Amino acid sequence: MTGPGSPAQAVTSPITRDEVLRLAQLARIDLTDAELDHLAPQLAVIVESVAAVSSVAADDVPPSSHALPLQNVFREDETRPSLAPEEVLRGAPESEQQRFSVPRILGEDA
Amino acid sequence: MTTTELVAYDDAVARYDPVMGLEVHVELSTVSKMFCGCATVFGAEPNTQTCPVCLGLPGALPVTNKKAVESAIRIGLALNCEIAEWSRFARKNYFYPDMPKNFQTSQYDEPIAFGGHTDVVVDGSTVRVEIERAHMEEDTGKSLHVGGTTGRIHGASHSLVDYNRAGIPLVEIVTRPIEGAGANAPAVARAYVAHLRELLRGLSVSDVRMDQGSLRCDVNLSLRSSPQAPLGTRSETKNVNSLRSVERAVRHEISRQAALLDAGQRVVQETRHWHEDTGMTTSGRSKEQAEDYRYFPEPDLLPIAPERDWVDELRATLPELAAVRRARVQIELGFTDLEMRDVLGAGALPLIEATVAAGASPASARKWWLSELARRANDAGMTLEDLPITPAQVAGVQALVDAGHVNDKLARQVLDGVLAGEGEPEEVVAARGLGVVSDDTALSAAVDRAIEANPDVAAKIRAGKAAAAGALIGAVMKEMRGQADAGRVRELVIEKLT
Ligand SMILES: [Zn+2]
Repeated sequence: MTGPGSPAQAVTSPITRDEVLRLAQLARIDLTDAELDHLAPQLAVIVESVAAVSSVAADDVPPSSHALPLQNVFREDETRPSLAPEEVLRGAPESEQQRFSVPRILGEDA
Repeated sequence: MTTTELVAYDDAVARYDPVMGLEVHVELSTVSKMFCGCATVFGAEPNTQTCPVCLGLPGALPVTNKKAVESAIRIGLALNCEIAEWSRFARKNYFYPDMPKNFQTSQYDEPIAFGGHTDVVVDGSTVRVEIERAHMEEDTGKSLHVGGTTGRIHGASHSLVDYNRAGIPLVEIVTRPIEGAGANAPAVARAYVAHLRELLRGLSVSDVRMDQGSLRCDVNLSLRSSPQAPLGTRSETKNVNSLRSVERAVRHEISRQAALLDAGQRVVQETRHWHEDTGMTTSGRSKEQAEDYRYFPEPDLLPIAPERDWVDELRATLPELAAVRRARVQIELGFTDLEMRDVLGAGALPLIEATVAAGASPASARKWWLSELARRANDAGMTLEDLPITPAQVAGVQALVDAGHVNDKLARQVLDGVLAGEGEPEEVVAARGLGVVSDDTALSAAVDRAIEANPDVAAKIRAGKAAAAGALIGAVMKEMRGQADAGRVRELVIEKLT
């Protein structure tokens, strides 16, 4: 379901420790209290720095997701050789039955 | 959460008004993936159709498959949607191993198609289903859960992932809430998915195999106390993968949610999983605390701004949609719903249309194909199309009947001759000497002989009992060995005796 949620919005307030905690949970990263204390201010600086861009953009500059004013760039529906499975799995921490082996994820079902 | 007893379906729909939203994912039948050139063959060895792009390796640059976009636009047009003048891909961020990139490339607030509708026939009446949007996205990888007993994640020690499917183009078709279906909701859901499947097959954009997952349905369902009441909390049942399951899943969710509401509990907004074996759904992840996809425009892909000329070109490629066409043909042929169902069931519609085009009346065309020819096809273990007779020849046989050259009984022998390869209907009539005797002199003499041989019957007819004529007609037909026009014989009998 891709129903309405909150799209990424221009961040106007500094990122809070609670937000970092929540994002870490979504990303399934265990963060200690010390790490949260350490990361939250760092991420806040990054977000604020990026937000500085919007102060430069005047009303006559439309928001853009791309550096170049290009659109409709397509490729034809043609196949190209894929990687060999050994090569694909070379970067996998573990593999089994020619598949990526990953820890099961609790609270999920598929 | 524990599920209470289900409420009997009839009771549930008597007390609550169901509202549905259906999300259908259709896998497009392109030969390459959405953003890379990897092949899309179903059932290939694991991880043999993957590359840096669909594995999300750093630095890989996706490029959009033109045919996939064309298919998405054609689907949108077939669903009477508007085609966006400006459309972008967005990253749907989430952390789950079925997408190695940690996001799925999808569309968010700028879908390629939106605001359409499609008319679905349910039990002989038309239900209009409003389409919210049709957007493009990519499929995810397939996980195999190892260590458990059922292939499900509970009890599994780890999961094995195959990314062959990751990046195959999908179009997700989302309805607006379907209200007012009442007790018919399961049938409406099923009919809608069946209708979509037919429509998509007609567009040749997907092989629409529900059993292989190239057409999948998610069912959102909520109940409210009355059609005037605000919408209730919905559940989202995932991956309902057969038409029958769509119907059963809607039915089950109505009974389950009614039980919760009856017991004064609340329905939890959550993802549920459909179990084909038990006909039940079970709770998956709860949405109330979970997702936050943080959609943002995909910076690696360029926007799509379909030029109107291009859209018009694609519109011109749309086949006449099956249901629309069927409705039109039914009206043209003047068939009742029941007759139409029989015709469709026998797969005879194209043959009947061609027979009518060759000059036969719809009723006679239907009669020949569904009775005599269906019986012969059945006896021979063949389909109607495989019978060695053309619609034009069937129309030819009927033309002989209409002209009074053969009667129905002889016409069947003409069919036999045509089927036996003896040539065109007229040739069979000539070769087998099947023409009815329309020479009035010969017929008249035969009628005279019949009257002479049956004075009692003749007396009755003279006395005004026209119904008695049947015996004389039978006698004449017997003498002529069936090769007479029974209608003409009756006329002669009545003429002579009244
Ligand atoms: Zn690839």
